[in-house]
Amino acid sequence: MTKRASVLFDAPGPKARVRYLIYSVVVVAAVLAGGVWLFLQFQDKGQFTADKWRPFTESAIWETYLLPGIQGTLTAAVLSIVLALIVGMIFGILRMSEHRAMRGFAGTLVEVARSIPVLILMIFLYAIFSEYKVFDTSQRTLAAVVTALTIYNGSVIAEIVRAGIRSLPKGQTEAAVALGMRKNQLMRLVLLPQAVTAMLPALVSQMVVALKDTALGYLILYTELVRSSFQMGAALQNTIPALLVAGVIMIAFNSALTVLATKLEQRLRSRKKGGAVVAADSILTDAAPGVDLTQK
Amino acid sequence: MFDLISRYDTKILEAFWVTIKLTAFSAVGALILGTIVAAMRVSPIPIARAVGTAYVTVFRNTPLTLIIVFCSLGLYSTLGWTLGSDQLTDTNYRWAIIGLSIYTAAFVCESLRSGINTVALGQSEAGRSLGLTFSQNLRFIVLPQAFRSVIAPLGSVLIALTKNSTVAAVIGVSEAALLMSEMLENEAALLAIGAIFALGFVVLTLPMGLLFGWLAKRFEVAR
Repeated sequence: MTKRASVLFDAPGPKARVRYLIYSVVVVAAVLAGGVWLFLQFQDKGQFTADKWRPFTESAIWETYLLPGIQGTLTAAVLSIVLALIVGMIFGILRMSEHRAMRGFAGTLVEVARSIPVLILMIFLYAIFSEYKVFDTSQRTLAAVVTALTIYNGSVIAEIVRAGIRSLPKGQTEAAVALGMRKNQLMRLVLLPQAVTAMLPALVSQMVVALKDTALGYLILYTELVRSSFQMGAALQNTIPALLVAGVIMIAFNSALTVLATKLEQRLRSRKKGGAVVAADSILTDAAPGVDLTQK
Repeated sequence: MFDLISRYDTKILEAFWVTIKLTAFSAVGALILGTIVAAMRVSPIPIARAVGTAYVTVFRNTPLTLIIVFCSLGLYSTLGWTLGSDQLTDTNYRWAIIGLSIYTAAFVCESLRSGINTVALGQSEAGRSLGLTFSQNLRFIVLPQAFRSVIAPLGSVLIALTKNSTVAAVIGVSEAALLMSEMLENEAALLAIGAIFALGFVVLTLPMGLLFGWLAKRFEVAR
């Protein structure tokens, strides 16, 4: 960030350096004061005594609460990302079809899927699955979480695919057509392989969204990390430590993915001059329905 | 479907009204907080930049469910911060607004920062050569242009917020998602209920997307 951000200010002179130092002290003091105050508040309620934290050193506790939670979160996230990738590819390509009706159909589905909150989808699917006994009772919550996440993330990935294909230089299509390739070959052999590489950073970022959204399964009683840490907090009377640990685990996973996405993007950008890349922090990953952001 | 709507009409409208209110209040909160964090992230003070970065990393990578559960269980149940109301429903409603604001502010900050990056270098150089300080430069020259170039992304953030406001259901705020799960339990017409709420959100979010798309074109900065 340094280079772009420093657009806003010059290298500080001696006076400015003193001023910055004072501001720094003020900021540090404010943050520390807030943190310590909050810490003391929780300590007052006995949330930070040693025996509230001791459970985290026992493997039995991890096996009962946290590991199943992590497993639930990861299972749902991985399944839904893989399925969403397939759904997204299909709909992304359908949206670029030459047939107006096909384009319209896929476009409408994608836009509608993006306008409905994942939680609403999840609750609804769970009710449907229970009513019609679609899945085994033990798998029902997982199925609802995965299906809802697949529908939502699939619609976003469809947009990422479209952005990836659009980001390719026009010459690629022209060359393939000149070689006499059919539409299907053009897509399969020329455009898609390049587009997948181009959209890799955005895809990894989308995994962060999927991973976070598994926590919505909380409401339909799916055992994911937030729910399992909530249960742990209730059982061992250490709500705050349990939720904090869940937060740290989630942040660790997601930051790792974010770093990976940025690294990928840098590598792809440096690899070929003017090569196509869909940015990792692309707004597409949280894109609004109705706004065509792929044009930027 | 229609008899369902007529039987529940006031309830449905009330639930969506709560959703809209949650969205509106959290949007204001997130915009203010997000602008402050963005200003910190581009400020000349390294510590402030680090604090801003930490804020974004923490809150963008935490599930919203966790933040809202933490607000309700940690800050309300454990610490007893009732936010000046003596009713449980009001308290949870206010905590939901705070949780949503804190979470969304991280996204507002990131959008704004990318907007600041689109402002041409010469603009702030010109500002500086006129003798403007960092904060004057930010307020009069950079932020107005940045805001105009991030109208569409901010619209996306607002729409995501509208959808995310359903998460308030996990702490029992009586908005659309909670009413829906209640209706799904009590009524037989599952598909009709699903259709009503899906339609409700399509009606809420699609026009917003179109509006922001139009606004973005209307206020585009010519470069």
